[in-house]
Amino acid sequence: MDWLTPEEWQAVALSLKVSLWAVAASLPLGVLVAYALARWRFPGRQVLNGLVHLPLIMPPVVTGYLLLLAFGRRGIFGAPLAEWFGIVFAFRWTGAALAAALMAFPLMVRTIRLAIEAVDPRLEQAASTLGGSRVMVFATITLPLILPGIIAGSIIAFAKAMGEFGATITFVSNIPGQTQTLPSAIYTELQVPGGEAQAARLVMVSLVIALGALLASEWVGRAVARRISGA
Amino acid sequence: MSLSVQIKHDFPGFALDVDFTAGPGVTALFGRSGAGKTTVVNAVAGLLRPDHARITFGDEVLTDTQRGIFLPPHKRRVGYVFQDARLFPHLSVRGNLDYGRRLAPRTARPDDARVTEIVDLLGIGALLDRRPGALSGGEKQRVALGRAILSGPRLLLMDEPLAALDDARKAEILPYLENLRDNLGLPILYVSHAMPEITRLASTVIMLDGGRVMTAGPTEAVLSDPASSTALGRETGALLTASVAAQDVDGLARLDTQAGPVWVARPDLAIGTKVRLRILAQDVMLATEAPRNISALNVLTGRIDRIENAPDGSVLVRLHLGDGTAILSRITSRSRDALQLEIGASVHAVLKSVSIAEVAAN
Repeated sequence: MDWLTPEEWQAVALSLKVSLWAVAASLPLGVLVAYALARWRFPGRQVLNGLVHLPLIMPPVVTGYLLLLAFGRRGIFGAPLAEWFGIVFAFRWTGAALAAALMAFPLMVRTIRLAIEAVDPRLEQAASTLGGSRVMVFATITLPLILPGIIAGSIIAFAKAMGEFGATITFVSNIPGQTQTLPSAIYTELQVPGGEAQAARLVMVSLVIALGALLASEWVGRAVARRISGA
Repeated sequence: MSLSVQIKHDFPGFALDVDFTAGPGVTALFGRSGAGKTTVVNAVAGLLRPDHARITFGDEVLTDTQRGIFLPPHKRRVGYVFQDARLFPHLSVRGNLDYGRRLAPRTARPDDARVTEIVDLLGIGALLDRRPGALSGGEKQRVALGRAILSGPRLLLMDEPLAALDDARKAEILPYLENLRDNLGLPILYVSHAMPEITRLASTVIMLDGGRVMTAGPTEAVLSDPASSTALGRETGALLTASVAAQDVDGLARLDTQAGPVWVARPDLAIGTKVRLRILAQDVMLATEAPRNISALNVLTGRIDRIENAPDGSVLVRLHLGDGTAILSRITSRSRDALQLEIGASVHAVLKSVSIAEVAAN
């Protein structure tokens, strides 16, 4: 298709890669945090809940700046990570993935947590009397029952990651081919006089992806209900 | 193998303090709701960690708070049948039945022949490929029974497994429970507040009230103990074992009890069948002389060995019929005084009604 320029295709592809990685890498932690918030009573539970939701209410530019302080070249985590493991986030696509994951995390956790709360803990009790250890019960009862919720949470998080702009541009800037995601590309085109027509095509792509993701997560949500009712 | 349970646990506004032993057969935990029955069963299953407890099965310690021992539920090998079935909605009936079986230790894992046997015993063969959501209440409960049994347990716990069902469904499942009791050879701790289930299933009864054991022992002895009336109220009454001795031409069956013959209108009972008779205290009249010219067929003779005031103001008289059997009669205090009833006196008991609580298999 030639209605997008190679640079624009690059931005779309980069956004897809960044978002997929953001979701895949944060999913295990998301399930763990959602499970802890839904099922465990521990001191600091409300603090954890607040921390998880922070990116949702903070200005994205603040999140991006904090990421720069923490994971920049000289950041408190960034410096040792780069030195010991060679993992660099600043001004790389990995940084864009980190920013997207952080911004999408609250939505992912909320969706999965709702699914976990819908699972009757008495089913897990029953499984434990049948010989299931905690890990086994989680793997064979809880996980299959919340799987649709995990999928829905991943889709929502993916859509959010595709649209992340503020934190990303603050943390990793807007370098074509490296950190220029779909929203950054739209922003760049809008900065050029007469670039609206150009940007409109990317806006369309963006809309289609977001809408598709929402519809998919709704559909999966209904599957949750079917599964839990056991009909 | 017997289960020994000692629990002390404080809830807000309620203290549980029980100590009992449950041997082979069905041990019923009986009491009104709120008596602490489910708490006891949950503590045995390991779903509840009591403040102070020592629970042992055979010589294995399941819980001992003093020594800091608490075996997690999945290591107890205790089959638990819940009131609300709790089938796994994402698995088929077959998947549910296999769940505990796959997790059972190799030596205790039921083989395929055993699975077929249990499935047949419970009559759930036609349901195997269905999902729990498509089952009726009675079917769900039968699958839950099978699932617990096939996990290879050493002990079965049943927490009011019939309470959520209507009378027709109860009648549907009771024979399966009797069947399991007679064929599995596992100790069963059975929680209920329904007397018909107890008289039909239990060999031992532990009567709980307000978190304490009121009376405990063989079902016949507990039910003929006047103390049981606190929990039983209008259902107070003795249980006698008898066997069918003859079928008379007029449709009455003669049942021989240890205290003499009793006739009931049950022409369907085969001679030789063992039955349990339930005689409610309010259906027993007392006479100091042998009654003559009355319509009641059944008159037993015995000696008064206890006289107690029931909480409702009536008087409960226990009549010892010989050989360890006894029946209870509920009379007014005016009648007690008029007849000058006292311990040791020999009296005649007129049974206005006798019901068959259980017909033993074979």
